[in-house]
Amino acid sequence: MSPAVPQVNPYLPEPMRLIRRDPLTDDVHLFQVRAVDMNRAMTLDYRPGQFMMVSIPGIGEAPFSISSTPSRPGLVEFGIRKVGRITESIFKLKENSVIGVRGPYGNGFPVEKMLGHNLIIVMGGLGAIPLRSLLLYALDNRDQFNDIYLIYGARTPGEMLFRKEFLNLREREDLHCLLTVDKDDTGKWPCHTGLPTTLFRHIKDIDPLKTTVVVVGPPVMYKFIVAEVLKLNIPKQQILMSLERRMKCGVGKCGHCIIGGYIYTCLEGPVFSYWDVIHMKGLI
Amino acid sequence: MRAVKLKKSNLKGFLMCAGSWGELWAPVKRNDRFILDKITDLSQLDSTALRTTLPFKKLLFPPKFSMFRYEAGNYANDMSGLPKRILFGLHPCDIKALLIMDEFFAKEFKDPYYYERRNRTAIIGLSCIPDEKCFCNATMNETVTEGFDLFFTDLGDFYLIWVGSSLGDDLIRECPNLVDTAIGHQDLKKYIQWRKHRSQQFKTDIDLIGMPDIVELSQDSPVWEEEGKKCLSCGACTIVCPTCPCYNVLDETELGKKGIERVRRWDSCMFKEYSMVAGGHNFREARSERLKLRFTHKLQAFVGKFGKPACTGCGRCIDTCPVGIDIFSMVKHLKGEEVHA
Repeated sequence: MSPAVPQVNPYLPEPMRLIRRDPLTDDVHLFQVRAVDMNRAMTLDYRPGQFMMVSIPGIGEAPFSISSTPSRPGLVEFGIRKVGRITESIFKLKENSVIGVRGPYGNGFPVEKMLGHNLIIVMGGLGAIPLRSLLLYALDNRDQFNDIYLIYGARTPGEMLFRKEFLNLREREDLHCLLTVDKDDTGKWPCHTGLPTTLFRHIKDIDPLKTTVVVVGPPVMYKFIVAEVLKLNIPKQQILMSLERRMKCGVGKCGHCIIGGYIYTCLEGPVFSYWDVIHMKGLI
Repeated sequence: MRAVKLKKSNLKGFLMCAGSWGELWAPVKRNDRFILDKITDLSQLDSTALRTTLPFKKLLFPPKFSMFRYEAGNYANDMSGLPKRILFGLHPCDIKALLIMDEFFAKEFKDPYYYERRNRTAIIGLSCIPDEKCFCNATMNETVTEGFDLFFTDLGDFYLIWVGSSLGDDLIRECPNLVDTAIGHQDLKKYIQWRKHRSQQFKTDIDLIGMPDIVELSQDSPVWEEEGKKCLSCGACTIVCPTCPCYNVLDETELGKKGIERVRRWDSCMFKEYSMVAGGHNFREARSERLKLRFTHKLQAFVGKFGKPACTGCGRCIDTCPVGIDIFSMVKHLKGEEVHA
């Protein structure tokens, strides 16, 4: 990946146009944006797992995970849950509005270290937002990875983000697509029910040293998923997760995202390994 | 490094002459304290100031300023109007603090707001004699060899001036009739005596050796909880700390004015909202957790990154904390030593 485009002032947002929005659930929508400058739009590069700072003038700025893949250039997608002042204003935006965006920031997933590996992507709830980027990236570069597993647990079918997209993936023969809901309130759910931990029995014949697991979900999920992953003998530094923190700058200055005394989540994260989690306190 | 001499009686003349380069800012006495202020009348100057209430960071990284304006769909910032400034009266700890800030704001993404100010700033250091709150000797900041344009050492009836930069050299050359370029053996002797005298004036007995390991091994210590009970979360320690750079960002609008200003304002890791994310989850809800962050950052994690603690030993937190929590007392607590409040 190329380094970030050098800018004189890293705090100035770039104008980007809201091309389209799709409701994923009642309170989570997918916002598709594109840099107003078409040349910039086509050259904007990022890594799966990175984030950008989105500005609503007069309201403020906040970090959002990128949900799209750099292997499909032009558009950037953010899955956003309506949860506070800034996201409420984003939800009021009409298509074709121009917003301010800067980034990408953060380390992202180390895809070059995963090449040739089996990839186990485990998502829970909103964890699908950053992990969809990695999933699509891996599927677009399918020959560079060995077996790929997608494990996604949602509370109900209605709360599963990218539901149609992921259900369609079941047809692919080069992907183990394991979708589960805690409770099927529709009676029509065509996949698994139960906790995502129960799906690990489908993972077979993998070389643990050549496997990377990526887990993003609600904090309560990590403990149980990691316990399952460790049973597969996968090394702790090959178990990756992405953390959420308060961020006001994204560039390692404002201090709010600091963990463990001097780790700026916006620079050295948001992706950390399970080894980082156990040797630095306060990560999860 | 080049050195020159300046008679004490010529100090005001020199500053007046050098003052043609930019605004002069220096410690000024207010009641029983010193503040940093713009000097418009050289009689305000007080070269006896030891520690100013707010550190010099306030001039390079102001407590509140506009980062840029948003108007009619455009984001624009203009820093061309920032003034040139001469800061006078920085002690070694103040200069070391700015060196830490320089490094911090330059790394990864260089901060233009800091550097636009920094590049327009001349630093004139001034020697000091430590008081009972100074511990720059323990943080290895008691002397400086870089980070200043000129450094004045008070040797009684004259100053010995180290010329630390090309700009410092220019400032000296601006006033050729005031300085004396010949340093004699007697002057050198006086300087050495003074250095010896000063190093004997430290009254504190703090020892920071091994602190990174001690902090690392004390993450579950009851000390954080005990001190957390005392802490008022007022944030005064971070405001007066010369190496605390954390800030918040707010959008501000003003009645009758078009456009929006995106404003940067000092923030404090001692404040409850500091680590709270949207939705209300707070990663450091307890005061003890916030204290632990601050002191782990200063004494342990920063050392790993920069090779030195993010503490210069200036004593401002000792001077300021209303309940007696400061680097000095925390180090003693963590080492299990007796603390005299």
